[in-house]
Amino acid sequence: MSIIATASPTVPLGRRVKRFMGDYPLVPLLILLVLLVVVLQIMQPGIVNQRWIANTVKFAIPLALLAGCQTMTMLTGGIDLSVGTVATMAAFIVATQGVDNPAPVAMLIALIPALLVGFANGIGVGVFRVHPLIMTLGTSLIGVGCLQVYQRTVIGSGAKVPDFLIWLGTGVTWGFPNALLLFIPVAALLIFIQKRTGFGRLLYAVGDNERATRLSGVQYWQVILALYMFSSVLAGIMGLLYMGLIRAPSLSLAEPLVLPSVAAAVIGGTSIFGGRGGYTGTIVGALILTVLTTLLTILQMPEGARRILFGAIVLLVTAAYLRIIEDR
Amino acid sequence: MAKNYGAVAALKNTSLSVLPGEVHALMGANGAGKSTLVKILTGAIRHDRGTILVRGKAHLVRSPADARRAGLVSVYQEPSLIPDLDVLANLRLTQTPVEPFRNWVRELGVPDLDMRDNARDVPLAIQRVLDLARALAIEPDVLLLDEMTAALPANLAERVLDVVKRQSRTGRSVIFISHRFVEISALCDRATVLRDGETVGVVDISPGVEERIVELMLGAKIEKARAAQRQATEASAHGEAGTRIAVRNLRVGTKLQDVSFDLKDGEVAGVVALEGQGQDELFAALAGSTKPSGGTIEVDGRQVRFSHPVDAVRAGIAYVPGDRSEALAMQQSVRENIALPFSAAFRNWGPIRMGQERATVQSAIERLQIDTRAQREVQRLSGGNQQKVTIARWIAVDARTILCFDPTRGIDVGTKQEIYKLLRQLAAQGKSVLFYTSELEEIQLACDRAIVIFGGKVVDILPVEIADEPALTRAAYGLPRDAKAAVGILAETASSEGARP
Repeated sequence: MSIIATASPTVPLGRRVKRFMGDYPLVPLLILLVLLVVVLQIMQPGIVNQRWIANTVKFAIPLALLAGCQTMTMLTGGIDLSVGTVATMAAFIVATQGVDNPAPVAMLIALIPALLVGFANGIGVGVFRVHPLIMTLGTSLIGVGCLQVYQRTVIGSGAKVPDFLIWLGTGVTWGFPNALLLFIPVAALLIFIQKRTGFGRLLYAVGDNERATRLSGVQYWQVILALYMFSSVLAGIMGLLYMGLIRAPSLSLAEPLVLPSVAAAVIGGTSIFGGRGGYTGTIVGALILTVLTTLLTILQMPEGARRILFGAIVLLVTAAYLRIIEDR
Repeated sequence: MAKNYGAVAALKNTSLSVLPGEVHALMGANGAGKSTLVKILTGAIRHDRGTILVRGKAHLVRSPADARRAGLVSVYQEPSLIPDLDVLANLRLTQTPVEPFRNWVRELGVPDLDMRDNARDVPLAIQRVLDLARALAIEPDVLLLDEMTAALPANLAERVLDVVKRQSRTGRSVIFISHRFVEISALCDRATVLRDGETVGVVDISPGVEERIVELMLGAKIEKARAAQRQATEASAHGEAGTRIAVRNLRVGTKLQDVSFDLKDGEVAGVVALEGQGQDELFAALAGSTKPSGGTIEVDGRQVRFSHPVDAVRAGIAYVPGDRSEALAMQQSVRENIALPFSAAFRNWGPIRMGQERATVQSAIERLQIDTRAQREVQRLSGGNQQKVTIARWIAVDARTILCFDPTRGIDVGTKQEIYKLLRQLAAQGKSVLFYTSELEEIQLACDRAIVIFGGKVVDILPVEIADEPALTRAAYGLPRDAKAAVGILAETASSEGARP
């Protein structure tokens, strides 16, 4: 850092800025987000308007929900790679069950596999100590297989996405996407859990030092089981919303969002090793990724180059961000 | 050789100069900057300002490799072997010559080391010795020892001090960080005292200099909070106390053979043992981390079988491990660490009553006088304050029994006194404390009785009046109470300690 100006004789400005960033890690993220929007506006003047914002938010919400699963699991040092499959299953099931059943019933049926997968993940990670990466990858594969079997049984009956989900997924009221009606309570709940409940406290503590929590009387498997079931149900709900947004059921609907969801959480400052981070950062991370995608889309570039650039930028941002907020 | 070290931001204005062939003590209360200075000297962290001169030549010490080239090698407070590699691979990793290493290990009193053992399986104390041997094998100009003897049982500590002394006779220098005055006065030539990141004095070690050093360290004179105060608290304790925990013929694995004793309400029972006599297993069994292979544990007259620490916690038994990193969630705040046991049970997973929690935590913090300037992350606290947090947690939940495993390891004199006082207060409130210590003098400072374990068995239970260092040492080596026979250098130093003016 080349800033030499000193405000007080002992603490140079650069260090003070750094300390400030360390205390408020959200600030640099918001700066980056604004910066990206400004760049976008410069490259294509007039693109940033109310419609564009509503649209961006609409597409950021499913990503932010999946990233919520990652944030929660990453706090304990885990990861949930089955969220894509779980969301896809929920979406596919709600569309096919929607043909014969009323919407609420179809939605409830759609969330059953989510519960099962979450239960399996929780038992595997919490009781049998399978590494979360392997465990969730495994259940994800099993889930995909089951979905294919299920597809054959309903192949002739067609699909119908409940109107409510379409309204929720694509609708805009007074310039605000309806999806916010789902997202705001969910986000508030996640942040509340992390900051103000015993369960949230344990997520951080378990990710930080599992032995210490054990000595304090915490039973690891209980925390992990509850966590992965929560994560899966959240992914299932995201699948329902996403179905309403995309409206075309497929067997890999939400899969492309899995790795971005991890990236959003990491960019948002949640440590993949556990113990630090939070959902507010993740939301901004999801917005950053969505804006970045738009930015890369308007560049006249072949798909391959765009992906290379996307990956490189994500890596760069994450590395830079960690350097900024880490105070050492 | 002169080695100067100027102003640093974390350390404000620190200088230290060490002569060739000198054993130089570096002293200071917790958080005074001793460890920081050592880390800078060995290149583990970088300094912002100031210079390091070795033999009059300025050296840029940016990494441990730089430091090693400049002839500075350190043994840190925590073991630094990689746990999953065997000893030999650990040596290869640091390009340590094997033969000299082997010789030093033998010299240091560990004759039967298997170089193929994974470092993980080597007991903590031996790991420290290996660290030292590794440093010695490189033949450094300046050897830095940070709390080298803190985790060592008396017999190994003796050998270490001996080797250090001989090292200095060959013209090499040693920087020695320790809280034990006994060692400092036996070993060191001069001492540099740090306070709040500043050098506050350099003194020659001569008889009676301890008072002066303590004064420098604390910035003010402290009263010798010793026997007088203890007698006062003791008078209030003791009556017809009930038995809190009764251990009968307890066996754990191969280490703990047959241990029986009672822990009464309102007492602090000291446990004394040489390294690896089964004390770890005893505490683990009482804390519910290990299942005993035989014998019984009764709590309040009822037999219990702990299968998870949660069972012990529910029975009101709290375990404070010796290794602070085992007990703390380092990236979380002081408050969250202290409040951790509150959230443990499933029924407490809901919303936290923040006001209530703050109040409880605050009162625990005040009671232990935890320095909360850096409370956002426990890892930024000094060792002594971290230790206080691990205890505060159980004060906050009002645990009836606290198992303290060497809680004063590597913390400064002032904090030690506070911990003794706290343990006495707890006992006065009717709580019971089981207190293992590797520093024998602590028994008379804090305990009511001393339970001596040797070879996995209780060999003696001494009332506090006669549990002075020589008596405990004899007992810890499995010698009967009235034996007059000398037990080697250790007994001599311990008794000559009192004779010194």
